Amino acid sequence: MSSGSQIALVAVAAGLACSLAGVFLVLRRLAMVADAISHAVLPGLVAGYVLANGPNLLFGFLGAVVSGLLTVYLVETLNKTRRVTSDTAIGLVFPAMFALGVYVISRYFPNLHIDTDAVLHGEIAFAPFDTLALGGREYGPVSFWVLGGLGLFNALVLTALYKELKLATFDAALSATLGFAPVVLHYVLMTVVAVTTVGAFSAVGAILAVALIVVPAVTASLLTTRLNQLIPLAIAVGVGSALAGYGLATLWNVSISGMMASTLGAVFFLALLFAPARGIISQWSRRRRQREEFATDVLLIHLATHLSTPEEAVESTLLHIERELGWSPDRASQIAVRAERAGLLQARSGSLQLTQEGQARATQVAAH
Amino acid sequence: MNHEALAAPGPLPAVFVRDLTVAYDEKPVLWDIDLDVPEGTLTAIVGPNGAGKSTLLKAILGLIPTAAGTIRLLGETYSRNRRAVGYVPQRGTVDWDFPTDALDVVTMGLYGALGWLRRPGAKERATALERLDQVGMADFAKRQISQLSGGQQQRVFLARALAQDPKLYFMDEPLAGVDAATEQIVFEILRLLRSEGRTVVVVHHDLETVRETFDRTILLNVKLIASGPTEAVFVREKLQAAYGGRLAAMER
Repeated sequence: MSSGSQIALVAVAAGLACSLAGVFLVLRRLAMVADAISHAVLPGLVAGYVLANGPNLLFGFLGAVVSGLLTVYLVETLNKTRRVTSDTAIGLVFPAMFALGVYVISRYFPNLHIDTDAVLHGEIAFAPFDTLALGGREYGPVSFWVLGGLGLFNALVLTALYKELKLATFDAALSATLGFAPVVLHYVLMTVVAVTTVGAFSAVGAILAVALIVVPAVTASLLTTRLNQLIPLAIAVGVGSALAGYGLATLWNVSISGMMASTLGAVFFLALLFAPARGIISQWSRRRRQREEFATDVLLIHLATHLSTPEEAVESTLLHIERELGWSPDRASQIAVRAERAGLLQARSGSLQLTQEGQARATQVAAH
Repeated sequence: MNHEALAAPGPLPAVFVRDLTVAYDEKPVLWDIDLDVPEGTLTAIVGPNGAGKSTLLKAILGLIPTAAGTIRLLGETYSRNRRAVGYVPQRGTVDWDFPTDALDVVTMGLYGALGWLRRPGAKERATALERLDQVGMADFAKRQISQLSGGQQQRVFLARALAQDPKLYFMDEPLAGVDAATEQIVFEILRLLRSEGRTVVVVHHDLETVRETFDRTILLNVKLIASGPTEAVFVREKLQAAYGGRLAAMER
């Protein structure tokens, strides 16, 4: 297999594992926890290094997961003192954890080489050089198997506990009263996030791991109001952006992980603007339409109030309407033209007259 | 835990509370509450803001830690009797932007009967739809929950509690800020539940409607002021004791 398609496979696996881990995290409004965990795993990685007496995948993993969960626990404990808010607690805990890792490394392992570039940007481009070798045969990049395994694990957890996680996220109190142990579920979810962060960390770096976890779920939540559609959409966004980012990086000869994150950002931005129901543009045009409809109703009611009264002739001139309703001449004629086009009124020699339909509409609106 | 009433012969009332004290940071918000709510009654918990009404419900349901006290629901501790007890929390306690629809929220009431791992199926959805219909919300089954009005959201919560099919209900302000149609439906459901022999305890803010609907009233202001049949509790000096000067303002 070419090294290019191997990198693409790692990207797909990272997209799958991370987007699954992010769904309930984002729904719980805990996106920052992913950031905290991604930094706070450093002392755990160091502890794993010490315990295994050298670099070891399993020990590094376990150490990182323990320090990730410890971070979540510390954040919550600090938050429970009600002296600091939860975002402050996150901001306090994860730099402290990171600093602990940096301290231990510089104090006890001054010769240990930590590649800051790899920590920040990952080394997905080097994935093909670290292959899984069993019995003299090679089975592709280790990071593919790690991330693929995590993707499978996350999919299993989310499928098995879908109902329980949904309930605990939407209504923790009901979850507790029905005996579904929301605190246990919370830590199950945090474990999923921690292992995924560590797995993705080595392939795509700390910053991109956070982007891959958070952005697909946020983007999907702009596109749908159904949880059972949100999850596949998040996967599609995560995997699609990872692949497209890789393709663009090869095309333009730039950083792969950087391009993957940029693609995610671009997809999110497109969804923010153009999402059918919740996008900024559709919301803006909907508001505009509602404003115009409301203005039309105001005009119709005004005309209906003075219908067949002695003042009708005066009240229904455009000039009078401008003054009485406090509208600019442009706006008044714009609304009148809109209403006329809709067949709600007719303009005759400067005076506006309700049609049958216009009268019916005014009565209907006034009844509400 | 060895309270005399627990040892005494005869069944316990539906809600049995002795010496319940709840404190936040050592400051008591509920002080030594004793309560008996007989089975098959409609009971209102009333009291001024900050009296601890919602806290009382949460403490009974074990959602917040208690400093002291004995609680038995339908003769058992709550943890051994969860399925028989339903809770309608205040509307503001959940995230209404959550990506789901009214039918799904009502189906959540059936999760307890399903237990861990089992998924709701066609039977559960049919039951949930019946409960939605019962509160006049069948037409809104597929509506995203943030698109519902406050009253409609409250009715969805009520339908969810009905789906749980418990013997004992606790409702926290089900009539706060709802429209007239919802208010009427909630009162109808309350009477229906009583006619089916269930016990309902409601935190309520509107003194005017207490007398005509609720058999019993618990008057609370950190301490228990009075508890018993509504006509015995709804007397001037007891209300005065709970509300203080604020009562005069309410009477205008």
